[in-house]
Amino acid sequence: MTPEVLQAEKVPATAPQAGAFQTGLKAMLPPVLTIAAFFLIWELACRLFRIPAFILPTPSSSVAALMQFAPAVAEHALQTLTTTLLGFALAVVLGLALGALVGLNRTAYQALYPLLIGFNAVPKAALVPVLVIWFGVGAVPAILTAFLISFFPVVVNVATGLATVEPEPRDVLRALGATPWEVFTKVSLPRSLPYFFASLKVAVTLAFVGSIISELAASNKGIGVMMNQAASTFQVPLVFGGVLLVSAMGVLLYAVFAVVEARMTGWAYRSQNS
Amino acid sequence: MTAPSTPVAKNAIELSDVTLRYATKNGQIEAVRGVSLSFAPGEFVAIVGPSGCGKSTILKLVSGLMTPAVGTATVGGVAPRPTGQVGIAFQNPSLLLWRTVLQNVLLPLEVSPAHKAAYRKDPAPFVARARRMLAAVGLGGFEDKHPWELSGGMQQRANVVRALIHQPSILLLDEPFGALDAFTREELWLALQALWMGARPTVLLVTHDLREAALLADTIYVMSPRPGQITLRREVELPRPRTLEGTFTPEFSEIVRELREHIGGVRTRIRAEELMEVAS
Repeated sequence: MTPEVLQAEKVPATAPQAGAFQTGLKAMLPPVLTIAAFFLIWELACRLFRIPAFILPTPSSSVAALMQFAPAVAEHALQTLTTTLLGFALAVVLGLALGALVGLNRTAYQALYPLLIGFNAVPKAALVPVLVIWFGVGAVPAILTAFLISFFPVVVNVATGLATVEPEPRDVLRALGATPWEVFTKVSLPRSLPYFFASLKVAVTLAFVGSIISELAASNKGIGVMMNQAASTFQVPLVFGGVLLVSAMGVLLYAVFAVVEARMTGWAYRSQNS
Repeated sequence: MTAPSTPVAKNAIELSDVTLRYATKNGQIEAVRGVSLSFAPGEFVAIVGPSGCGKSTILKLVSGLMTPAVGTATVGGVAPRPTGQVGIAFQNPSLLLWRTVLQNVLLPLEVSPAHKAAYRKDPAPFVARARRMLAAVGLGGFEDKHPWELSGGMQQRANVVRALIHQPSILLLDEPFGALDAFTREELWLALQALWMGARPTVLLVTHDLREAALLADTIYVMSPRPGQITLRREVELPRPRTLEGTFTPEFSEIVRELREHIGGVRTRIRAEELMEVAS
């Protein structure tokens, strides 16, 4: 018999090697141009319409303000990054555990899902004062807010991934005498990884939101605190500098997890293309 | 269940008066009613019937994935349980997308209690066997591809190899050749027959292809639509090895005709005239 050779897939369907860098650059071009255009229009609009700096500073003056206070800014940024990542890590660990429980067990799903929805519907900003009462002003409320806000997408995605595993591969393994643990590690877990990694991208940016919310409300360190202080002294360029900095950190971490996702679960996307 | 007085071959299968029910949203559905089947060790049995007649349910019963609501099922004299002695191939190839073809085929050796220790100790001979088997079904050179790089027919062939890799004493095949083109299918029939004549596993083949059943099986059972009941037991006494030429003989045609007759009376009614009217 003749093996059906699929002509269309002679092009690198497995790991692309040569030219990957160039195609990567090409893919980078549109977003980089869009961002550049955004800042250019912002800058030009401010100058053209002579918008006062205390209403809308130019991006260049915002960056200049960051530079001016670089050592302090760096300290605040590091604080925000730390609380964000700690909260995010907590969200990943607990989200994975709860997501696995909910995704694998129908009863747990039915029992816990309404509670989770209700919990997620609470505006996290409303919880910050409570957290401050419990834990005092500082890093802990920021970590917990970051955790609370980024926890839900991880749970939902992991649970969805596990709950939607097709029965056939599981049946094949069970019929072969596989233990439930083997079925989990060989089928359910790899099958739900794309969902998990997709949730990480969302969760890490949300974690930043959580940290900043908490810092704005009550903290003594972090970008949120810096923005509050700058705003109270009408250093509006520094406020916007803080916004830019948080945004940049968010994009950076998003990119990190996008790369991790592509590395770990490329098969899920390639299989759709072929 | 009463213990058998004589030792039973581990690949003998016995179903007596089995009824199976599925729980669905709309209550329980009876998939199979009062089915009794008996397989001698090494026998090749085919179950044919219309779609949704519970054929596949019987396969799940024998593999230990389901238990009967009424009646008893035994494999080797005891209740079916997943021991890894069974090779199984479903209609849907159900290959794992994140594994290469070779890794997919080796999967049974990783989990089967009967084989995983030996495989872990020294995988090399098993890998060599997998490569040879893949080459034998025309998948040589595709070992390191992923399932999504293969056509449907190639996936199904890999699926069959996965069912055979651990040399099971019982082989459960659920329409394994459905997505193949007619010619490849015929070649795989002969390959399966050759393999069966060599290793003599007990085979349960579920299919709706009557020629496939008549060519391969020693005994054919015809099932009615749900709830599935056995409406005919037909032994095929054509000499082995059977050939494709043999399928054109009057004897062979007579068997297929007889099977068809028993299915003909119970098939889904399709009103051709109405269909034409609505479609035009």
